[in-house]
Amino acid sequence: MNRVKRQIAPYLLVLPGGIWLLIFFAVPMVAMLSLSLQEGDIVHGYQFTGHWQTYTEAISAYQTQIYRSLIYGAITTIVLIAMAFPIAFWIAFYGGRRKSTYLFLVLLPFFVSFVLRTISWRQILTDEGPLLSPLRDAGLIGQSFHILGTPFAVIGGLVYNFLPFMVLPIYVALERIDPRVVEAARDLYANPITTFRRVIFPLALPGVFAGVLMTFVPASSDFVNSEVLGSSDTTMIGQVIQAQFLDNSDYPTASALSFVLMLVLLIGVFTYARILGTEDVMKVAAR
Amino acid sequence: MSASNMSDPTLLRGLTQRRFGRRDALRLSGLAGMGAALAACGVQGQGTQAPASAEPDAVAKFWAGKTKTGTLNFAGWPLYMDPKKPELKKFTAKTGIKVNYQEVIQEMGPWFAKVQPQLSAGQSIGFDLMVITNSFQFTQFRDSGFLAPLDHSKLPNFAKNAGAAYKKEAFDPGNAYSIPWASGMTGIAYDESKTGPITGLADLWNNPKLKGKVGMFSDIQELGNFGLLKAGVNPAESTEDDWEKAATELKKQKADGYVRNYYDQGYIDALGTGEVWATQAWSGDVFQKNLSDNRNFKFIIPEEGGTIWTDNFTIPITAKSPVDAIMAMDFFYEVANASTLAEYINYVCPVPAAQADMRSRAAKLTGDDKEALLAVADSKLVFPTAAEYAKLHYYVAFEATSEQQKFQKTFEPIVLG
Repeated sequence: MNRVKRQIAPYLLVLPGGIWLLIFFAVPMVAMLSLSLQEGDIVHGYQFTGHWQTYTEAISAYQTQIYRSLIYGAITTIVLIAMAFPIAFWIAFYGGRRKSTYLFLVLLPFFVSFVLRTISWRQILTDEGPLLSPLRDAGLIGQSFHILGTPFAVIGGLVYNFLPFMVLPIYVALERIDPRVVEAARDLYANPITTFRRVIFPLALPGVFAGVLMTFVPASSDFVNSEVLGSSDTTMIGQVIQAQFLDNSDYPTASALSFVLMLVLLIGVFTYARILGTEDVMKVAAR
Repeated sequence: MSASNMSDPTLLRGLTQRRFGRRDALRLSGLAGMGAALAACGVQGQGTQAPASAEPDAVAKFWAGKTKTGTLNFAGWPLYMDPKKPELKKFTAKTGIKVNYQEVIQEMGPWFAKVQPQLSAGQSIGFDLMVITNSFQFTQFRDSGFLAPLDHSKLPNFAKNAGAAYKKEAFDPGNAYSIPWASGMTGIAYDESKTGPITGLADLWNNPKLKGKVGMFSDIQELGNFGLLKAGVNPAESTEDDWEKAATELKKQKADGYVRNYYDQGYIDALGTGEVWATQAWSGDVFQKNLSDNRNFKFIIPEEGGTIWTDNFTIPITAKSPVDAIMAMDFFYEVANASTLAEYINYVCPVPAAQADMRSRAAKLTGDDKEALLAVADSKLVFPTAAEYAKLHYYVAFEATSEQQKFQKTFEPIVLG
């Protein structure tokens, strides 16, 4: 009796998550896959015809936006690692008793709506706003110089909005490093740079890996930052999908683009995992 | 940073609502697919094309046996009625009908996507009355058979008081399914202190002062209209060839570096913060912006012509209280009610007699109140004169969804870059 219970228990435990995944992920995925292969229009309805050409048409029509999104996502991720590592490092090793306070400060912006925060950047960066007006009056920038509507503004917005997602996993990885390991490195005459390169950074890699996953994927498919801070020259694929779904009611194209984006991101992530040797990383993480 | 800009509800609604709509679309397809093979989960359309004007027996059939229920669920737009809702209070006092007014419609595309599944399934959308624009989606609503045919014997005030132009609209001949709530014009708003005088579309294409400082709409229909007008074509009568010509004009404007960006409702903020100096604009917004931020932006109908659009009262086919809904529609055509509504929203009033009503009410007031009311009564944006109407064109009328898709694909690359 007990043995049966013990055998069933793991399945019971996985049930809530499994059902959730089935209803809110698997079923919509199947429906969307079907939708992407349908033809018709919103008034007369869409019928399944196995019209896979929607994919090739969508890719050729929107490849610019797909590339652009991946490039923005990649730049965002690299900038994020460069910014988040020092922050996480400082909190983990020099945060002392106030670590939780500092982490809370990193998370604080999350208490304000994502959209509102992005819109407030609009107010700061706008042509006649508090940043550019004084610079222009001082003659440091030209009359037509602007930040809003440029890739710089969009990537800046992405970095700003996703920073905590990079800081937290790196922090968790660094926090777990046993101080004695660092002391041992010093005892063995490693200078600080070598200690960092040979000991701390490799141990922090699982955090960086998790951070990349948590930022590159949503940053590449984001549709708010470019909408608010960008222009028609910075259109990202998320905006295209949104426009096809809602403004144009072209569900097949929107679904096809969603799948293409998902596929491209999955390939990217797996390649990345392969190159980095995730298994080792995961082993370290599991210790 | 100005607090009023930050919390501009129109900009917020554009951003937040879209996400909501997208989720809903996914949910719809998710439910449709449950337990079904790939092929089984099509998105249901109505299949049959309803006639452009309702047949007499359709009216009789819909209204037969329908009676007043005493409650009315009314779907409207933000900033489209005095928040104190004086007209609705008056309506309740007069008819005993309780009105639940919700500002749930923020963009036509998402609204259609949101209610389409319920309407297709013949279910109530929770509203008996909704105000919708004469855009692509109006045709989609009508052609899907989602709108109740109107019984004009229940609309005596509309017959008596509506302006002639509002009784012969291309998008809904004979007001078979709709009567106007308010109209607006699409023209050019500009900051004269920076641009000097502006007279028409030509300025947005080649006035050197405006280089990089022009705002255009991201709404495909509005953008296409301006391209067509620039090309010298009346949008309402345009052909596919004209659309190509218009797209060429718009691409040139963009390539020459005139366009700063393509905006949704956010355009008015961009004008306010000086991001753009001249922009495609909706008449009422400019009036309200000047009033609320104490600015002096100018609004003109371009020499080459502008467009007029109409937001319309319609009754969803699945409404639970259509009689209460049509009573409310007629109520807003009583001159006194049309007058107070227009006074607040400052969009074009479909009841010409409201102008005289405002003047007579103004005569009884003094000081600032009097001046403010007279300003509305004299405003050509609220009561356009024959000369203004002559410069205003209707939207492109699409006969089929495939035509609309073609139009969309023609202009979309300009906005999506």
